[in-house]
Amino acid sequence: MRLDREVLAVSGLTLRVSGLATALALAAGLVTGAALALGRFPGRRFLQSLINAGMGLPPVVVGLGVSLLLWRSGPLGWLHLMYTPAAMVVAQFIIAYPVMAGLSAAALQQVGPSFRLQVEAMGASRVQLLGAMLWEARYGVLGAVIASFGSVISEVGASMMVGGNVVGQTRVLTTAIVLEVNRGRFDTAIALSLILLGLTYGATGVLTVLQQRGRGGA
Amino acid sequence: MGALLEIHGLEVVKGGRRILAVDHLEVAEGEVLGLVGPNGAGKTTLLMVMAGLEPAFRGRISVGGRPLDRRRLLAHRRTLGVVFQDTQVLDTTVLANVAAPLRYRGVPKAEARRRAQVWLERVGIGHLAGEPARVLSGGERQRLALARALVTEPQILLLDEPFSSLDAPARGRLMADLRQLLEALGITAVLVSHDFTEVLLLARRVVVLMGGEIRQVGEAGEVFRRPADAGVARLVGVENIWPAEVVAGPGGLRARVNGVELKIPGGHPPGPVQVGLRPEAVLLAPDGPAPAGRDGSGAEDRSGSWFEGKVRTVVPSGPLVRVELDEPLPLSALVPPVSAVGLEPGDTVRVFIPSESLHVFDYSPGT
Repeated sequence: MRLDREVLAVSGLTLRVSGLATALALAAGLVTGAALALGRFPGRRFLQSLINAGMGLPPVVVGLGVSLLLWRSGPLGWLHLMYTPAAMVVAQFIIAYPVMAGLSAAALQQVGPSFRLQVEAMGASRVQLLGAMLWEARYGVLGAVIASFGSVISEVGASMMVGGNVVGQTRVLTTAIVLEVNRGRFDTAIALSLILLGLTYGATGVLTVLQQRGRGGA
Repeated sequence: MGALLEIHGLEVVKGGRRILAVDHLEVAEGEVLGLVGPNGAGKTTLLMVMAGLEPAFRGRISVGGRPLDRRRLLAHRRTLGVVFQDTQVLDTTVLANVAAPLRYRGVPKAEARRRAQVWLERVGIGHLAGEPARVLSGGERQRLALARALVTEPQILLLDEPFSSLDAPARGRLMADLRQLLEALGITAVLVSHDFTEVLLLARRVVVLMGGEIRQVGEAGEVFRRPADAGVARLVGVENIWPAEVVAGPGGLRARVNGVELKIPGGHPPGPVQVGLRPEAVLLAPDGPAPAGRDGSGAEDRSGSWFEGKVRTVVPSGPLVRVELDEPLPLSALVPPVSAVGLEPGDTVRVFIPSESLHVFDYSPGT
């Protein structure tokens, strides 16, 4: 593996796929988290238990499920997404979404009922109340983003199954490391691992700074 | 002045238990109404219903003649200002906190901030506008809450135990400032408190709630002087309440308590009653024999009754001294230090109870 353009391309794709999957999980997870934390609807506890179970979803199982869906003869085969970065985003979204929903629900539930009552008494509408509560729970929500991103940038099973590790198209750092180890090129695998660790540290570091800046200042 | 807020046939049931039942209550425009009662009396629930924060109620509530519709709770809430005991602040500056209710109502940011600053000045914390709200002291936080409740110029200000989390000096200062503010604004307000002295200072009219029901409504001074029953009496500081028997004698009516006969004002038919007495109404006399009574248990003059009591405890209580007696009847007395000089547990002391200080209530078990 050439440690120049190819490495840059693999690293870039890793960030793009995991970043997009995390962003989508953030949007969907916040809605679900808010519904779980603030809503009263039939099946809420069952949904909460599903989300909690989903936080431990094995990536290979997700990869298998998405493969069955996107396979040429599968129900969504007509989308022709198998072995594309889009399929990897879908798989990683499924991994990140329960983490995001579960942890953001927990963060919102940490905001006490007296805070909610206070904001309602100030004349806030439902949307304004949700905004105030999200702001109040923002450190916990950022924690959920860090955990979600961490869970997808480090997974290999799902990306390998639905992406296929196609060079120049769907190869990301984790799948490249597996390939290099299989080839016996441990030095390259170690170098890629260090790059992956650096990217993970850099991306989560930015979020951590954001999270801790408010805490430290308060 | 007409009623600004009216309540008819209000009932709140939670967990199958009726926790509030108010037949009729009015808050007149411009008045400060005190809502007092012990813990669990239902006063906060009543305030929450008024505030549109407790939608699970039966009955009719109207503000300014407009009925409170459960589908219009937000519009209702936006006509009010609420201050809670445990004020929660948004994690931002003091100024942004006070501006927030205006922002929720669609007031532009610059205008909201300008008006918030005016109210911060009025409640005496204008200099803290740029500070993070979470670092404020308890007293400052309650002032922020007051400014935040008033900034929208609400029709009614609802205050739920606004002083109870404060220490005595901060409480005194805030109470004085709030009194001045309420008078200056002429705003309609409802003050919830378990402490009757707070209500006495701030409210002209008082509603006493107990067990979810209204027990007495009246001018604050009237409720203080003439509580309707033993429960209300206890709330307004009548600490000594004894079961007694009214008996007629040659010198007038007396209440027999634990064998001690206490002269009482007229107008009570013989039979079982409850007799109440404020501790500060008790007089303790220096050492020496009590004047002999008819049966040796006590004595009378025209204005009250003397008897001898045995001291159980003597403890300072602010500028006064609290003396507890256990014989011949359990009695708390708050007396000036000069009356308690040299008193020790086990001593015998002469006790005088003025008859006009005794409250006589119909006998009612459990109060």
